[in-house]
Amino acid sequence: MTSHSISDSADMAASRSRADALASFKTGDTIFQWMTYLAAACVLLVLGGIIVSLFFGAWPAISTFGLDFLTTQRWAPNARPQAVLGGLGPIYGTLVTSVIALIIAAPVGLGIAVFLTELCPQWLRRPIGVAVELLAGIPSIIYGIWGFFVLGPWLADTIEPAIANAFEGVPILGALFDGPASNLSIFNASLVLAIMILPFVTAIARDVFSTVPPVLKEAAYGLGCTRWEVVRHVVLPFTRVGVIGGIMLALGRALGETMAVTFVIGNSFRISGSIFAPGTTISAAIASEFAESRDLHQSALILLGLLLFVLTFFVLAAARLMLMRLERKQGA
Amino acid sequence: MKISSIMCGAVIALSALAGSAARAADITGAGATFPFPIYSKWADAYKKETGNGLNYQSIGSGAGIKQIQAKTVTFGATDMPLPAEELKKNRLVQWPMVMGGIVPVVNIEGVKPGELVLDGETLANIYLGKIKKWDDAAIKKLNPALTLPSTAITVVRRSDGSGTTFNFTDYLSKASKEWADKVGADSAVEWPVGVGAKGNDGVAGNVAQTKNAIGYVEYAFAKQNKLTFADMINKAGKKVEPTVTAFQAAAANADWANAPGYYQILTNQPGDGSWPITAATFILMYGEPADKGASAEAIKFFDWAFAKGDKMAEELDYIPMPQSVVALIRKTWDSEIKNK
Repeated sequence: MTSHSISDSADMAASRSRADALASFKTGDTIFQWMTYLAAACVLLVLGGIIVSLFFGAWPAISTFGLDFLTTQRWAPNARPQAVLGGLGPIYGTLVTSVIALIIAAPVGLGIAVFLTELCPQWLRRPIGVAVELLAGIPSIIYGIWGFFVLGPWLADTIEPAIANAFEGVPILGALFDGPASNLSIFNASLVLAIMILPFVTAIARDVFSTVPPVLKEAAYGLGCTRWEVVRHVVLPFTRVGVIGGIMLALGRALGETMAVTFVIGNSFRISGSIFAPGTTISAAIASEFAESRDLHQSALILLGLLLFVLTFFVLAAARLMLMRLERKQGA
Repeated sequence: MKISSIMCGAVIALSALAGSAARAADITGAGATFPFPIYSKWADAYKKETGNGLNYQSIGSGAGIKQIQAKTVTFGATDMPLPAEELKKNRLVQWPMVMGGIVPVVNIEGVKPGELVLDGETLANIYLGKIKKWDDAAIKKLNPALTLPSTAITVVRRSDGSGTTFNFTDYLSKASKEWADKVGADSAVEWPVGVGAKGNDGVAGNVAQTKNAIGYVEYAFAKQNKLTFADMINKAGKKVEPTVTAFQAAAANADWANAPGYYQILTNQPGDGSWPITAATFILMYGEPADKGASAEAIKFFDWAFAKGDKMAEELDYIPMPQSVVALIRKTWDSEIKNK
């Protein structure tokens, strides 16, 4: 009797502690779940907060200039009776530098990736791979200093006059490469940007190239394909999605890059047809003018920031959309 | 029990004292980059002598004005003086601290410091983009003995707002009607041509890097970077070199006593020896400061700088304020800043 009751109570105790333990696991799990919710909500909160504060900061400029802000080139914070501020110059500069950088970096980056995954002798793979990754690790201000002291003067002395002379008199290209060679120019900024985004293109392309099943490539070689044909008709179609994603990521970085560009672009709000002339980008304009700006001038700079935000958002959204379409096409 | 509680109280009182002393030792200021070298030199010497430090952030004149209006610093510094009405509106007190010269600097092959001569009109036309090449007739006329290259001029100017720009464009407005009509004088203007560089050091670096460039910097920056400065033709029609004597000659003409808020711009002053682009840099403080202790400490520092800082200023090619003006400023402190 006594023993029975003891074992009984022991059983009960055991089941109770088991229930307690289960309950505590459950509360623990719930807490954990809510904590992760909270962490995720933080991102949305910060994002929303940034958009709202940018919008409020930009409101005076939006209500003063309206849509004209997008089409006005004149940037005169001291104009009387009221400042005339137009964002066309920096928007143009941002787009042009990013596109030129992409035109240069995309083929070179893909070339490096193809070389590394398909052609490179095994012993050389690592050093080149590490070198490309190191390129990504260099702080942007270092690129700016290098572009300012080394690349800019060299371009102005050699490449720019050569190109300008070669295209002189040619209808459109002549204007595009016109003008006195300048250390600080859209061209210089684009080149520096191209070098900066090269590692992004390369690293992602290399990763996705290595996901191509060897059997596909071997089959193509077996059919007598050349290396070029294998890359063009097997590797690239198989990895198109990833490659475009990498290029878009690089474009996002190029659009927002600040310090290196501020160093080498010349910070001029005037739009010149020539890429050898100085220009400015949205982030460079904000970086160089924000500290000394007041009232409407400051508001216009914040509006530029908002526009960059929207621009980057649309680039990423467009990339997503393209990728989704490609995936669907491949799935069908 | 009783003794320990008394001890405890004493310790708290002592630490509170130490705390307030430490706070008082930190004079904080922010503003113009133009006087930064001399302010930091004064701060060093002052710290050695009194043990009190000064924390000056050279973030630009406009930002300095903003900081003092936000009351995050004890004093603000600006190269662009605030007009008397604005001072009154914000209950600020303003006075000039030190003066200096702004010089055009060039980078032309074969041209040495002081060989090139420019006048206000020509300088304005270069910055307007009307004079495009170094061998332009207007430049040749001023420099008959020099052989100038037929290359395009690269104009370098500030990309950030700046008190140096304010004084430079103020001079160009006085020297050229077209500049006054088209561009005007301000800390940031709508530049017709040129590449923008950040800060005095940015302009100095750009001119040093770029062949056939012209820029404008505070004299100390030209000297430190060993840049080729140009001589100027002043209002009296005389050729002057940028020297401390020439800056002083321009400063001597200023009528500080009759300028409310010491609002004086020293460009294009008369006098045979006056350097045409001379500028003063100003301090802004509250008349009725929230932190009276910090305000009194700051005034003590400025008083010390006026009394003992002249030689240091001259070593860095700044021009100290004349003694008569310093006496006026001390009177202003006594009557307008209420530290008690």
